[in-house]
Amino acid sequence: MTDSALTGHAFDAHPHSDARAHDDHQMSFFARWFMSTNHKDIGTLYLIFAITAGIIGGAISGLMRAELAEPGIQYLGYWASFLPGGEQGLDHSLHLWNVLITAHGLIMVFFMVMPAMIGGFGNWFVPIMIGAPDMAFPRMNNISFWLLIPSFTLLLASPFFGGAGNGWTLYAPLSTYGEPGPSTDMAILSLHLAGASSILGAINFITTIFNMRAPGMTLHKMPLFVWSVLVTAFLLLLALPVLAAAITMLLTDRNFGTTFFDPAGGGDPILYQHLFWFFGHPEVYIMILPGFGIVSQVISTFSKKPVFGYLGMAYAMVAIGVVGFVVWAHHMFTTGLSVNTKMYFTAATMVIAVPTGIKIFSWIATMWGGSLSFKTPMLWAIGFIFMFTVGGVTGVVLANGGIDDYMQDSYYVVAHFHYVLSLGAVFSLFCGFYYWFPKMSGKMYNETLGQIHYYVFFLGVNVLFFPMHFLGLQNMQRRVPDYTDALAHWNWVATLGYKIMAASMLVFFVNVIWSLAKGKPAGDSPWGEGATTLEWTLSSPPPYHQFETLPRID
Amino acid sequence: MRRIGIKSIVLAASLAISSIGAADAAPQPAPIAPVAKPVEAAPVAASPATVQAAPAAVAAPAVSNDPMLAVDGAPAMAIDPKVGQPVDGLITIQPQVTPNGKQALWFHNWLLVPTITIITIFVLLLLVWVVIRYRRANNPVASKTSHNTILEVLWTGVPVLILLGLALPSIGLLQAQYKPAPKTAVTLKAIGNQWYWSYQYPDNGGFEITANMLKEAGETGKGERARTAIDGPRLLATDNRVVLPVGVPIRLITTSNDVIHSWEIPAFWIKLDAVPGRLNETSFTIDKPGVYFGVCSELCGARHGYMPITVEAVTPAVYAQWVKAKGGTMPGAAAAPATAEPAVDVTANVTGPVADGAATGPVRNTSATANAAGAGTVGQ
Repeated sequence: MTDSALTGHAFDAHPHSDARAHDDHQMSFFARWFMSTNHKDIGTLYLIFAITAGIIGGAISGLMRAELAEPGIQYLGYWASFLPGGEQGLDHSLHLWNVLITAHGLIMVFFMVMPAMIGGFGNWFVPIMIGAPDMAFPRMNNISFWLLIPSFTLLLASPFFGGAGNGWTLYAPLSTYGEPGPSTDMAILSLHLAGASSILGAINFITTIFNMRAPGMTLHKMPLFVWSVLVTAFLLLLALPVLAAAITMLLTDRNFGTTFFDPAGGGDPILYQHLFWFFGHPEVYIMILPGFGIVSQVISTFSKKPVFGYLGMAYAMVAIGVVGFVVWAHHMFTTGLSVNTKMYFTAATMVIAVPTGIKIFSWIATMWGGSLSFKTPMLWAIGFIFMFTVGGVTGVVLANGGIDDYMQDSYYVVAHFHYVLSLGAVFSLFCGFYYWFPKMSGKMYNETLGQIHYYVFFLGVNVLFFPMHFLGLQNMQRRVPDYTDALAHWNWVATLGYKIMAASMLVFFVNVIWSLAKGKPAGDSPWGEGATTLEWTLSSPPPYHQFETLPRID
Repeated sequence: MRRIGIKSIVLAASLAISSIGAADAAPQPAPIAPVAKPVEAAPVAASPATVQAAPAAVAAPAVSNDPMLAVDGAPAMAIDPKVGQPVDGLITIQPQVTPNGKQALWFHNWLLVPTITIITIFVLLLLVWVVIRYRRANNPVASKTSHNTILEVLWTGVPVLILLGLALPSIGLLQAQYKPAPKTAVTLKAIGNQWYWSYQYPDNGGFEITANMLKEAGETGKGERARTAIDGPRLLATDNRVVLPVGVPIRLITTSNDVIHSWEIPAFWIKLDAVPGRLNETSFTIDKPGVYFGVCSELCGARHGYMPITVEAVTPAVYAQWVKAKGGTMPGAAAAPATAEPAVDVTANVTGPVADGAATGPVRNTSATANAAGAGTVGQ
C-alpha cells in the first residue's frame, strides 16, 4: 500500500533471484534463528516449537491411556518415584495424575495448537497471501515467539516443584488454598507469558492485515485463511486480557492475602469460572478458526474451484467469533446458575451451530462440481469436515442446559472436545502441514507415507475417542486415574486406539525426516491450477524477502 | 434404551468402527428390576454376609435397630447391577428413576440423538457422493459455480428451524428441573469435603452422616471395613449410604467445606456443584426403591476419584424407621405421629382468611397440602 507500489510495476514473482542466497548466507546461525525478524523464519521456529510440544503433550496422553487401559492403579506409583522425593504413597501418585492431565491440557492448547496455527502457519502465510513483504512489527514478532520458551520452561519445570494438579482450567479454590507450593504459581506465570506472547502476536496480525495488503487486495478479496487469522487475532486480543486478569487474581489470592475467589473474605469461586470461561470459550474458537481457514484453502485447491459462498464463509467466521463471546456459561451449567441464565446460554450456544453449518455445507458445495484429486492434504480436509461435524453435533447435545446436567464433567465432554480439537484442529494442522510443506521446505513429502499416516491416524483417533462417548453416558467422570470395573471395556478400546494413533505418528515423523533429506524438489506450484493464492506464485521455498515490489491484485 | 442403542451403533458403524460397536452393544440394559428384591437374588459373590436373607423392607431385629442394616451390619438392600451404576460395554445413558430424568432421557434419546445422527449421516452421504461423483476421473473439468442464493438461504434457514425444534423441549426440560420443591419435601444437605461427603437431614432433626468410600480388602487401615460385593462396585460403594424415601420430593442442597466438588446421581439426572460459601439447591423425586451410585464430578484434588455417592431409596415407612434409628425425628412426629405437616397447613388455612383474606396464602397452602397428601409420609 505504499506509493511506490501504486506506480504499477508488472508483478515479478522472483524479483531478485539471488536475494535469498544473498541475505541468509550473510547471517550467522545464531543471528538468523535467535534474533530473527523474518516472518518465515519465525514461522518455522513456531512450527518446530509446536511439534516439540506436541510430542511432549502426546507422550503425556500416552501415559494417561496406559494407566487407564485397565481398572486399578498400575503405573502411577512407579512414575511418581521419578519425581523429587521419590514415591510417597497413594496420594502422591494420585496427585501426579492431576499433574499429567493439567500438563496435557495446557501443553496441547497453549504450546501445540495455538503456536502451530497462528504462530506457525499464520506467520508463514498471512504476509505472503496478502502480498506483504513481512509482518508489520518484525521485532515484536520475534519476542512473541521467544516469550513462549520461558513460558513452556516454567510449565515443564513445575512438576519438579510439586506439580500443578488443578486441571487446565485452574479452578479456584483448588488452585488457591487447595494447592500450596510454587508449582501452581509457575503454571500461572507460564500462562501469563503465553498470553502476553499471543496478545503481541494478535496485535501484529491485525496491523499487518489492515495496513499491509498489496494494492487491490481488498478485505473481500483476502484468502479465507487470512480472514480466519484476522478473526482469531481479534478473539485473542479481547479474550486473553480477561484470562490475564483472572489468573493475576489467582496469584494474589495465593500469595498476597487477597480473597477475590475466597468466600471467607467475601469472594466467590464462581466468579473465577465466569472470568476463565469468558476467555476459555473464545479460546476454543481461537484453536479452530485458523483450521477453518486452512481447510477452505485446501478444499478449493484440490477441487480446482473457488470457495463456494466466499462472503458467507468469511462472515460466518466473524459471526462465530462474535457469538463465541456470549456463550461462556455453558461450561458452568451445574454451578447453580438460575433458570433464566441457563435458558439464555442454552439458546445462545445453539445459535453457533448455524454459522458452523454454513461452513460445513459451503465446503461440500465447493467440492460439488469440482474436479477432485485426493492428495494427502485433501484427505485431511475431508476427514476434518466429517469429524468436525461429529464433534459439532455432540456440542448441540451438550448445549442443552437440562441435558448437560448428566454429561457435565463426564467423558462425554472429553469425547466432544477431542472430536473438535484432536480430530478437528489437529486434522486441519496436518492438512496445512502437508499442503504447505512443499512451499516451506522446497521438497515434496512422500505421498504414500502421507496417505498411510492419514488413514491410520483416522482409524486410531476414532477408536480412541468414540468410545469415550459411551464411557460418559455410562458415567465415567473426567480427571480420574481409576474407574469402577464396569467401565473397563471401553477404556481398553480407547487405549487400543491410542496405540494405533501413535503408530501413525511414527509414519509421520519418518515422512518428515525422509522428505526433508531426500524429498523431490517441489516446483513453485506443485498443486497445479487450483492453487490460486499468492504463495504459489513464489519459489519453493520462497525468497528470504518476498514482494520487494508489491504485487497488484486485479 | 434399546432403540437408542441401535441408533448409536449406526453412528459408530459410520465411523468405521462398527465391529467394536456392534460386538459390545450386545448386553442390553435389563428392564427395571422389581422393587425391593431380596438379598439373595442379587448376583453377588459368595460372601459371609449373604448368608442371612433378610428382605430389605423388614427391620432387622435385635443386633441393630437400623433398618438399613442386616443382622451383621451389612447393608440389607440388594443392588440391581443394571440400574444406578455403569454396566460394562453399554453405550447408553443409565436407566432413569426420576420423572425429570425420564423426561430428559426421552428428549435425549428420541429427539437429540436421532437429529444429530441424521445430520451426521446426511453430511457423510453428501461427502461420499461428492467424492465419488466429482473425482477427477469422473469430472475432469471443474465448474466455476461459487454462488447459489437459494441454497445458502436454505442451509441457514433449515438449521435454524431444527434448532428451534430442539430449543423448545430443552427450555421445557429446564423449567421442569427448576420447579421448586414443595414445603413437604425432604431436605438433604450434601457437603463436600476432601475427600468424602457428609450429609445432613435438617428436616429430620438435623442428624448427620458421613460417607467414605469403602476400600478394597488389603487396602484398609486399622478399624476400617473393606468393601464386599453386597456394598456395591469398587470405587462406588460407601460405608454409609444416603437413605431417601421414594415418591417424596427431595430438596437437595449442596455446599462444600473446602474446594469445589460436585454431587451427582446419574440415575436421577442430577448433578450439582458443591461450592464453598454457597448453597446450591435442586429437587427430584425418586420413583423406585434401589441403590444408586454416583461420583464426585468436579476435580477436587488427589482423591477426586475416591469420593463416591451412594443413595439407597426406600419406602417412606422404612425411611421413617431409619431416621428414628439415626436419632432423628420425622417432621411433627413428636407431637402427632400420623401427619404433622397437614396440621401446620390447617393452621395456616385457619389464620389465612382471618389475617389477610388474600388468595395467595390459602392457595399456596392448598397446593402444598395436596403435594403432601400425594407424597405421603407413611405407608405410601
